[in-house]
Amino acid sequence: MDIVDTAIGQPSATSITFFLIFIIATLTITYYAAKKSKSASQFYAAGRGVTGMQNGLALSGDYMSAASFLGIAGLVSLRGFDGLIYSIGFLVGWPILMFLIAEPLRNLGKFTFVDVLAYRLSKRPIRIAASGGSLMTVFFYLIAQMVGAGTLIMMIFGMPYELAVVIVGMVMIMYVLFGGMIATTWVQIIKAVLLLSGGTIMVLLIMIHFGFSYGELFRQASMTYGDRVLEPGGLVASPLDAVSLGIALMFGTAGLPHILMRFYTVRDAKTARRSVFYATGFIGFFYILTFTIGFGAMVIVGQEAIAAMDSGGNMAAMLLAEATGGAVFLGFIAAVAFATILAVVAGLTLAGASTLSHDLYAGVFRFGRSTEKEEVKVARISTLSLGVMAIVLGLVFQGQNVAFMVGLAFAVAASANFPALVLSILWRNYSTFGACLSIVTGTVLAVGLIIISPTVWVEILNNPTAIFPLSNPAIISVAGAFAAGYIGSKLRPDPEASSRYEEQKVRNYLGVGAE
Amino acid sequence: MDKKHPLEAMDREKFQELVVNKWKGSLSLTAAMMLAYFGFILVLAYAPRLLSVKIGEHMTLGIPIGIMVIVLAIVLTGIYVFWANSSYDRKVQEVLKSMRRK
Repeated sequence: MDIVDTAIGQPSATSITFFLIFIIATLTITYYAAKKSKSASQFYAAGRGVTGMQNGLALSGDYMSAASFLGIAGLVSLRGFDGLIYSIGFLVGWPILMFLIAEPLRNLGKFTFVDVLAYRLSKRPIRIAASGGSLMTVFFYLIAQMVGAGTLIMMIFGMPYELAVVIVGMVMIMYVLFGGMIATTWVQIIKAVLLLSGGTIMVLLIMIHFGFSYGELFRQASMTYGDRVLEPGGLVASPLDAVSLGIALMFGTAGLPHILMRFYTVRDAKTARRSVFYATGFIGFFYILTFTIGFGAMVIVGQEAIAAMDSGGNMAAMLLAEATGGAVFLGFIAAVAFATILAVVAGLTLAGASTLSHDLYAGVFRFGRSTEKEEVKVARISTLSLGVMAIVLGLVFQGQNVAFMVGLAFAVAASANFPALVLSILWRNYSTFGACLSIVTGTVLAVGLIIISPTVWVEILNNPTAIFPLSNPAIISVAGAFAAGYIGSKLRPDPEASSRYEEQKVRNYLGVGAE
Repeated sequence: MDKKHPLEAMDREKFQELVVNKWKGSLSLTAAMMLAYFGFILVLAYAPRLLSVKIGEHMTLGIPIGIMVIVLAIVLTGIYVFWANSSYDRKVQEVLKSMRRK
């Protein structure tokens, strides 16, 4: 007999049924959303009619990827405590987003975070530079998600990689192309509810097994695998490396275009604020669930079986679902994982398409003089192009190690987008030149340093030693971006932008004139 | 829209106080979160044994501390929302009123 006796990897009637229900429900929503999504405000921002709770769920839906569900549960199941370190890193950016960015972002912008920068800086140069940072973030994140999607769906459903990538790409294009932000938001909400309830049910099943006692769970885990699973085990390589990754995660969250875009779907700053609180709660709860699921899988399924299915542990949650809830529950969780993948790529594609149409086409190419109809049309063309590009990239990068691209996306977001936002909100004498220099410096440092870092230079390009010692460049690239913003603004001040700072402040803090 | 007019009528002192208070609150909470998170990371890097200390037969100090950082993130955002919805928004309304009155 095989070590692992499982139905995972074969499409089962239950998983296909659950999946079809999800697809039919979301495409029905897309159909109704398509009738409404004619205006720019509907297409980009769901008519600003999303409630705080809905947006909280949608934000968490955008953020909780299959990689964080399956990946972190797997990491915990194989390494115990160390998996928790990752979860914490992915959560701590949310309070920062709330304290520093949330209200100014909502009050000063219209559809994208680039609007905030273009509020008083020279519109064309800043839109070009900031769109670069935004698109780079979306691009790296999208590659990581598409390759992850293909691999995971191949493992879960036994479907060929290529087919999985094409299906994900096509369904996602339908959501965004026809349903715009309204459909994308509802896909996120449904996915978040499914993921949170699926995770909760799984934790309840685990807890039944251990008599509702975490003590018993940890006792059995350490009896079988030793106390090491309850202790830090060297996942943190060097202090500087750990701090650098921490900076990328903490400040990168506050610079992710698809997250920032969600702030424009709510009525005002007050609702935006409330939605971040809900999102932080949901995501925090979710990471506590995945931690429990990881330990549950470690004890109930066993590390040998988990590692035999996939050396990275990605199937731990699936194996646990099967062990605790049988084929029906496995089918449900498999469909939830698929929905999770779809939702995240849809959010990313919409953010990328908005930057292309709103910031670059309407703002730069047409000097802000295009009609709304033209802009929405370009947004749809951009969606289609980005969707096709995502499919192609997914196919091109098949079998490649793209795990570093998530870290890179966060590093670019933290280095290019975050410093520019903070400085434009807080510093009167921030100039257009300073902002552009800051964004370019942040992007170039983040991308350049990761290429010569151990993750790419040694592990992928097979060089003996890395030129840059850290795995994540954020500690250098974020500092560099802030410094470049300061120096650039001193070298070439922008009196026009400075003179509009008072006006920006009134709108920023009082919400006067916010759209 | 005439943007200059409400600016001149605004109670500037109150507005400045509002802005200063907003950043006092925001930056203290940011500092608290950063202290907790980077503190956690540095302990992991320099003194991992501290987190391996047993508290009970099958429990280490690291697990509750890790969970506490997660809970702290939620609590701090909660504190911010509570403060902003009560104190901050009330002051915003006061300043807005001063703009309308004149």
